[in-house]
Amino acid sequence: MAKKTPFYNIHKKKNAKILPFAGYEMPIQYEKGIIHEHRKVRESVGMFDLSHMGEFIVSGKKRLAFVQKTTVNDVSELEVGQVQYTNMCYPDGGIVDDLLVYRDEDIFYLVVNASNIDKDFDWLEKNLIDDMELENVSDETALIGVQGPNSEKVVQKLVNDELSDLKYYHFIRTKIDNVPVILSRTGYTGEDGFEIYFTDLDKAESMWNKVESAGEEFDIEPIGLGARDTLRLEMKYPLYGNDIDEKTNPLEAGLRWIVKFDKDDFIGKEPLLKVKAKKIKRKLVAFIMKDKGIPRPHYEIYKHGNLIGEVRSGTISPSLNVGIGTGYVKRDFMKSGTVIDIKIRSKFLKAEIIKPPFYKNGTIKR
Amino acid sequence: MVKDDLKYTETHEWIKISGKEATIGITDYAQKELGDIVFIELPEIGTELSREDVLATVEAVKAVEEIYIPISGRIIDVNSKVADTPDLLNSSPYDEGWIVKFEIMNEDEMENLLSAEDYKKLIGE
Repeated sequence: MAKKTPFYNIHKKKNAKILPFAGYEMPIQYEKGIIHEHRKVRESVGMFDLSHMGEFIVSGKKRLAFVQKTTVNDVSELEVGQVQYTNMCYPDGGIVDDLLVYRDEDIFYLVVNASNIDKDFDWLEKNLIDDMELENVSDETALIGVQGPNSEKVVQKLVNDELSDLKYYHFIRTKIDNVPVILSRTGYTGEDGFEIYFTDLDKAESMWNKVESAGEEFDIEPIGLGARDTLRLEMKYPLYGNDIDEKTNPLEAGLRWIVKFDKDDFIGKEPLLKVKAKKIKRKLVAFIMKDKGIPRPHYEIYKHGNLIGEVRSGTISPSLNVGIGTGYVKRDFMKSGTVIDIKIRSKFLKAEIIKPPFYKNGTIKR
Repeated sequence: MVKDDLKYTETHEWIKISGKEATIGITDYAQKELGDIVFIELPEIGTELSREDVLATVEAVKAVEEIYIPISGRIIDVNSKVADTPDLLNSSPYDEGWIVKFEIMNEDEMENLLSAEDYKKLIGE
């Protein structure tokens, strides 16, 4: 049986189309559809049930050493209250998952993909060291995302803290309606946005309603997984299982910027150094359709009739109204401006590799 | 919504038959399941297709679905309006959102079509 998030009854009441996703019954879209929801987030504000995501707590004296060892980015660079995007790798450099690391006073808080919770936890457990503890709090944690240009105005109504002081990729511990929450300013849509994590699940529905009331003047609406995917793809943010997986590494995925080779040893460092020295064989590129068509995962990519790669993510961009996608292509073809052919059904349709993101007008706070 | 004066298929096409000519589209149930329809690939006029060949491809934001021809036929007209504005399939699946007209080549195959009653049962209405 698929699990239900604490907001399941709310989604039902709102006539969401609910499908199993990563072991949860999740809303894919609500009544007005994916394109409407997508535009709502770009133009005003939307709220997301992200309770299916996984949360782990790393504590103890050696917690820093543990997170340094198991992730590729440099956690020691983080101040307390800061968040970092990173990857966990296998010893061969393949990606276990992409995740966020929150540095708190006494703990690290890891936020992982729903589909990888068990796999990630097993992997981390296998690599435990002395003087640290690891706890999976995913089932006890509810998460509401608020994303869009009006998100600060909405969330500001819920807290006394001055949100203009909360920088991008930072978080605070605060209270909403007397419920202790972790409130962060991150997101995966290209817009300014916040996440509200809390463990008082009895208060979940009232928390949802509070956020919804605070957003009423901006016509806030719930946003399903469908629009979540089109929003993240317009930014070329990678999706685990599509763009990255255990057979890809962070360098070829375009995530060189998160791999800190100058920190001490971490799992995957040696093979990644070799990849770096020899240069990558293929790269995850962003492309936009020139001919009329919509790319989808696993479609083949050609150049002059030769197979050069494979589409990983693809959809129509609701903002640009054109087919967009990501795919791995051989290194000779990875430059922006390169024209490639996407095989869609039996036709070869032209596309052009571009410098991401696809959507450049987001309100994201850098 | 299921219209009583149409025939249906298990793959959620509707068919309107008048003499030797048939008009085909996707049902209201199908368009709701698909969500926002953003692209349709239509056959060329004159194409001859056998029963259950792919007639057209409909793409929503998150899904691709093939439309099958339930009776062998020759395409005599395509709705170029839906090619330009595919969301007509969402807003008017039984009227403005018709997909193609074809000439029926094998009338015996009509017995495979579902009645409105049968189709309602299929989709649990």
